[in-house]
Amino acid sequence: MRSPLVRWSVLSVSLALALTSCARGTGGAAAPAPSAGQFDPGASYQGTISVMGFGATDEIGETRVELAKKSLKGADVKLIEGDLDIQQFLSAVAAGDPPDIIYANRDQIGTFASRGAIIPLTSCVQGEQIDTSMYNKNALSQVTFGNEVYAIPEFNQVQITMANAALLKDAGLTIADVNGSNWDKVTAATKKLVKAPGGKLQVIGFDSKLPEFLPLWAKSLGADLLSADGRTAQLNTPEVVKALQFAVAIYDAQGGFAKVKAVRDSADFFGKGNQYAKNALGAMPMEQWYVNVLNDVSPKASMAFDTFRTPEGKPLAYSSGSSWAVPKGSKNPGAACRFAKTMTLVESWKAAAQARLDKRKAEGKPFTGVLTGNVKADEEIQKMLTSGGEPWDSGVKAVYEANQNTFSLPANPADKEFKDAWQGAVNRVLNGQEEPQAALDKAQKDAQAALDKAWADWTKRTN
Amino acid sequence: MRSMRFIETRAALLFISPWIIGFLIFTAWPVINSAYLSLTDYDVINDPSFIGFDNYVTLFEDPKVGLALRNTFLFTVMSVPTQLVVSLGLALLLNSATRATGFFRTAFFLPKMTPPVAIGILLLMLFNGQNGLINSFLGVFGIDGPAWTTDPAWVKPGLVLMSLWTVGSSVVIILASLRGVPQELYDSALVDGAGWWKRTLRITVPMISPTLFFLFIVDSINALQSFTEAYTAFFGAGNTTYSNDAALFYAIYLFQQAFEFLHMGYASALAWLLFIVIMAITAVQILVTRRFVHYEGGNS
Repeated sequence: MRSPLVRWSVLSVSLALALTSCARGTGGAAAPAPSAGQFDPGASYQGTISVMGFGATDEIGETRVELAKKSLKGADVKLIEGDLDIQQFLSAVAAGDPPDIIYANRDQIGTFASRGAIIPLTSCVQGEQIDTSMYNKNALSQVTFGNEVYAIPEFNQVQITMANAALLKDAGLTIADVNGSNWDKVTAATKKLVKAPGGKLQVIGFDSKLPEFLPLWAKSLGADLLSADGRTAQLNTPEVVKALQFAVAIYDAQGGFAKVKAVRDSADFFGKGNQYAKNALGAMPMEQWYVNVLNDVSPKASMAFDTFRTPEGKPLAYSSGSSWAVPKGSKNPGAACRFAKTMTLVESWKAAAQARLDKRKAEGKPFTGVLTGNVKADEEIQKMLTSGGEPWDSGVKAVYEANQNTFSLPANPADKEFKDAWQGAVNRVLNGQEEPQAALDKAQKDAQAALDKAWADWTKRTN
Repeated sequence: MRSMRFIETRAALLFISPWIIGFLIFTAWPVINSAYLSLTDYDVINDPSFIGFDNYVTLFEDPKVGLALRNTFLFTVMSVPTQLVVSLGLALLLNSATRATGFFRTAFFLPKMTPPVAIGILLLMLFNGQNGLINSFLGVFGIDGPAWTTDPAWVKPGLVLMSLWTVGSSVVIILASLRGVPQELYDSALVDGAGWWKRTLRITVPMISPTLFFLFIVDSINALQSFTEAYTAFFGAGNTTYSNDAALFYAIYLFQQAFEFLHMGYASALAWLLFIVIMAITAVQILVTRRFVHYEGGNS
């Protein structure tokens, strides 16, 4: 009675079930720690090491990659360009065929480490004799998980206040009115700077840069979004609620976030039609690399710079950036470690900075610096800066001052969910869907649940 | 006779065996595996651990699932009829054209070749509330256009309008169907004094109803699985910190759970819920619309 269709169906399903039973991750606890003997500063390497998530697209990258290649004494380097694709990376790790080294944001390291996707670099640091004291403390703590270093810090990012000097002058304001040191003044300046004839927003007075800069506004009131051990969310404290209320009110004073965002999106951000060149923005806190962009594309823009300041007038910056990590299953962790070390050495950064300096000189432009996760390299590079006159020299000065006054969020095993929780809350407030307190209460609950589960999973895996 | 049938069956199976093997490995296995993974806690890297129906319990308690489903349904309800009406209108125009039909058919189809990611980026540019082309066009008529890409109330209408960019393939399919309507039906209607509108409603639409029904089903399934354009515009690299909840479609939330939060087991449960929802909606569509579809030689 059994038809061929039934027989074939049974066979198909049986085969599929048999295959399904093979479904497995790479399994086990945290990634195994290699021995220090694997990392020898005198060793030579053969073959090719693959680097995922990094493109040597400018002289800063090219110079250091060349030095890294030389340091391997034989091995070649294959760059898999583009931002790190987490799906691709984790699939490769699960399949047992990962790249040798990855270039990841520092805030991703805790999650990767807790899942066992990357290996601790304690042995790498010892074996290759890497002096970790040269790295920025915040940067290093951001890649330290479970008391072990899991990545080598690369670039660093901090924020400063950037403003349109001409618009400030026309409104009878100074940079001190918009540097964050007095929130009432910021609100008043916003109202003076904004231009919206007929209700159509033409000039953003002040962009408080939500949702991404909530940690900065909160920290200026002394609040951290996450406890120092990375285990407890602190999203609905009175300080964070107050910071969110203030930063959102800035948009409300200009017709609402939807209008501000539309104007923000319409600017040719990296080009000559940027919002400062077009007089479409009064002021905003912004990452330091944008000074270089503006100096490059709009050298004659009327700009004013200062650090971002707390209500006490102290400089403050939210530090973030990139790092190098070695995946579990890397076929050549020794070469990967050497590569990471060489890419971040003081001498490598100096060589790269020299290449940038030469290029800028040839173009008749000033060298405005490169901010790294290496404090010694930063000191050396700072000595190489060339003057671009005002306002650019003030901008560069503000960048280095900000770099001395940073904070960062600690490593944790649920970074993406944590970030999604607080950014989602900010977005709901910006969209008018929720009030700050309610949104942050919900974010607190979601973020803590994610952290609790992730820490429990990690504990289970490592015990 | 029996052995001949056996030999033919065996030969047929042999010839389609590459497809069968491909289907088993690349479709059947992932589908069944995802059913298994939906019962586990799995993060891609470590072994899945069996947790029973916990993921399914969680998804019914997760407010974002409800939000994503509502967004997806609303988008589907708005976009599918709009796409069908616009496709039919363009196909009717093309069908009336006597010259350069081939050129226009190609011209209408070409946008379909645009990668969905590019369409997402195009959306942000065309529909920018400040200086996008759409609002500039509306401004010509004195209309102050909305903030399509940032105002939650206008995000979905913007996405629906943008989805019209790719109606070319539907136009081509409807056009082919229109060419199959017997001319004598129109001739008889003309003799009876029927105007263009009546001929279209009483002859054209019923005669091409199987095609419209096919497009209705396929477009609905596509809309329920919408991902790339909305993800690129509101959740992708250019907008990593600002995501608009109004554009949180179900497939986007599923992707976030799977590849951003590494909750592969939960994402598998979400996928199965979507599968069941699509099956149910398609079944209802078939039942409800069966009486409106005209099949030559059929009863309805």
